[in-house]
Amino acid sequence: MNKYSIYLNSRRCIGCHGCEVHCKTNKNLPVGPLLCEITHEPLKAVKGVPKTEFHFRSCYHCEEPFCATICPTKAMQKRDDGIVFIDDEKCIGCMACAGACPWGIPQLNPATGKAVKCDYCMDRVDRGLKPACVTKCTTHALKFVTINEV
Amino acid sequence: MSRTAWSMCGMCSVRCPIKVDVEQNEIRWIEGNPHILGGALCAKGSAGTALRKDSERPQRPLIRKAGRGAGQWEAVSWYTALDYVADKLKGIIKKYGPESVMLSTRGGPFQDIPKAFVHALGSPNFTNHDSGCGRNVHHASKSVYGVGRKGLIYDIKNARHLVLFGRNILASLRIAEANQVMDMLEAGGSMTYIDVRQSLTGIKATRFFQVRPGTDYALALGMINEILQQDAWDKEFVDRYVSDFDALLEFIEPYTVEWAAKECGVKAPKIKKFVKEIKGQRPRVIFHPGWMLARYSDSFYASRAIQILNVLMGNIEQEGGQLFPKTPADCGGKGVRSFDSLVPKPDIKRADGVGWKFRHFDKGPGIFPFFYDAIANEDPYPVKAMICYRHDPFNCFPDPAAQKDALENAELLVSIDTHYSEFGWFSDVILPESMYLERETPIVVQKGPKPRLIMRQRAVEPRFDTKPNWEIFKLLADRMGCGHYFPYNNIEELWKWQLEPTGVKIEDFNEKGFVPYTDEPVMYESIEDKFKTPSGKIEIISGVLEEAGLPSLKPYESPPKPPKGRFRLVFGRSPVHAHGHTINNPLLHELFPENTLWINSRVANKLGIKENDWVDVIADSVKGTIKAHVTDFIHPEAVYTVHGFGRQIPLQSRAYHAGMSDQKLQEGLLMHLDKAGGGLCLCEKFVTVRRSSRNPRRRVEL
Repeated sequence: MNKYSIYLNSRRCIGCHGCEVHCKTNKNLPVGPLLCEITHEPLKAVKGVPKTEFHFRSCYHCEEPFCATICPTKAMQKRDDGIVFIDDEKCIGCMACAGACPWGIPQLNPATGKAVKCDYCMDRVDRGLKPACVTKCTTHALKFVTINEV
Repeated sequence: MSRTAWSMCGMCSVRCPIKVDVEQNEIRWIEGNPHILGGALCAKGSAGTALRKDSERPQRPLIRKAGRGAGQWEAVSWYTALDYVADKLKGIIKKYGPESVMLSTRGGPFQDIPKAFVHALGSPNFTNHDSGCGRNVHHASKSVYGVGRKGLIYDIKNARHLVLFGRNILASLRIAEANQVMDMLEAGGSMTYIDVRQSLTGIKATRFFQVRPGTDYALALGMINEILQQDAWDKEFVDRYVSDFDALLEFIEPYTVEWAAKECGVKAPKIKKFVKEIKGQRPRVIFHPGWMLARYSDSFYASRAIQILNVLMGNIEQEGGQLFPKTPADCGGKGVRSFDSLVPKPDIKRADGVGWKFRHFDKGPGIFPFFYDAIANEDPYPVKAMICYRHDPFNCFPDPAAQKDALENAELLVSIDTHYSEFGWFSDVILPESMYLERETPIVVQKGPKPRLIMRQRAVEPRFDTKPNWEIFKLLADRMGCGHYFPYNNIEELWKWQLEPTGVKIEDFNEKGFVPYTDEPVMYESIEDKFKTPSGKIEIISGVLEEAGLPSLKPYESPPKPPKGRFRLVFGRSPVHAHGHTINNPLLHELFPENTLWINSRVANKLGIKENDWVDVIADSVKGTIKAHVTDFIHPEAVYTVHGFGRQIPLQSRAYHAGMSDQKLQEGLLMHLDKAGGGLCLCEKFVTVRRSSRNPRRRVEL
């Protein structure tokens, strides 16, 4: 059962794309891979004001992740708290995970030759902190949410 | 071993306070100061690590080997470079006098040392970039209140309505301010956004007025008229604090809301509804007077009219309105010592004419473009040496070709900067400054509801042979025989000297990165003596302007429509870039590699231009080619682009020729200034736009 989720309060998001860079610098990623993403639809006039909504996407941390099933070295794993992550030691960079993922979320890190994806910054989470994107969100629009079991 | 350095971001000029975690001289983490910003940081702020790692910045002092701009440099030691600059300066001073040296910066809180340096040489010619930025706003504020544009701050969080005349407040992105705006909106506040196009700020607005370019002044006048009509103003406040209000009543009569609506292309009932709304919200209504208002010939008067709107709201020193920023003295404390105060002010007329020919302009930084006149014509006297610290006039002022022409008369051009600026590339000497994470800065007072002392600590050691500015100016001053004005040998001595009157110790910064003067916001009980105008009142008729023979209330003149087939070129900002400073940053370039030309859909359709087509943008002799962004949400008279692109420095491989430079297209605008406000009129160039022949029709290669 997934314990965590990242939620974007779209009303507070100003589309500054800060989260994307917070993530990249925290993971020490070069130009290329982008582990989270802000997108928006084209502007549309609503009551005389051209508007749009911002969306945030990282990894869905699937209940039954295809990326983990297909990984030949068991580098892609799912933790008990639901976080799907890559064990760097085991990853051989075959990128089978990217092919298996319906959204192509795992990406190749050209600097290491290994796959990389959002793991909610689990090293930070395990230290009682929040993911980089949430911690540094410019307008505090991103929230790291713990899902309560019903 | 990890440690924390408290610093201030240097990616743009906002200088948000940051906390930097460092391990073995490597940056592990940067976040907004948690005590001030709750950790928040923007894309640029995080990309500071990419700037640190980037090698495409000056790595050691450089002296020009071939013609200016040829890009042939000799890398030299600091010893050689500083001696070279000092020898040249001495020669120039001997031949032409100390006033032949000018120094420009990009403004901000850290002016003290460069200003003291040029004054210590004996020259009055200290200037900055502000003619291409906020001069109009500054002078407008002074003419109304007697205090400059930083003499009032906005309590946006507690406001009920924020009105923005083209102030793209969420893309220009001061983090604390952006959060105030979002807090206000979340609390049910309204935001009215006025612009020639829709922006990141406008999409959050509750009301959007798309106006014809150059008609802000008309809209402001129409709003004043309607506020008076609807009795939506604070009569008590005006009676108490404002002089010559009758002159406004008489002047404003013809500028009815119907007239303004027609002039601006906005519907009159919508303006009336707006006024009705703010009537119930004042004094918690803020009309933002603009930031970068170097745009039109009447921008000064537009900003003045916006300030009059604030006055009508009676929002001064009111919660949710405009507040006087409080000083250390207001909290019973003392500010830091200043180096410039040690130096006797040179008793020589300024070369830009400010203070003697132009008495209505603020003498502090004067008006930079007028120096080009002095350089080219040696009038009132020769200016032969130009030092630009952290300032790139070729990027910030229009028509760099005209600037280069004027500089043919200059004998020494020095650029002190962390990156290659367009000016630096053309200059004679580049003295590379350590980037902000690799240097300390002096301590400064940040005024506000809760004034504080703040500074930069050095987070990491420089990667290259670069130095912090306080050391560069000290070493130059030593060579010029005026080192005694800078009584320090290292940063600890500098800080200690600055802090002496305050009773604060350097260690006091270690806990939070700043030292507050008060825990609770300070409000003035009386504002009776706060207006520093000649009359001591808020002036509708400005004593300063009238003395200079300028009208205080200028009749409106309609801006010309562009001729058929031409468009008004306007420019703006993205939250991802800080003008030309960050275009070459690897991570920011990845996000936003080149600018586009926004063009109205109907117009584009007529010109056969589709989304993503290459378009040629042609001024007189300069042409730029970029991709089109076709949108309904820009006025058909205007085309828009993000400023800062089209850089031509080969050593910046990512930014080199990426996108289009608006300032290079602004041919002939270098000396085109608002005579009353001193700001440039950067939106007064018409350009031709056509579908570029670079759009492939078919593939002819294999």
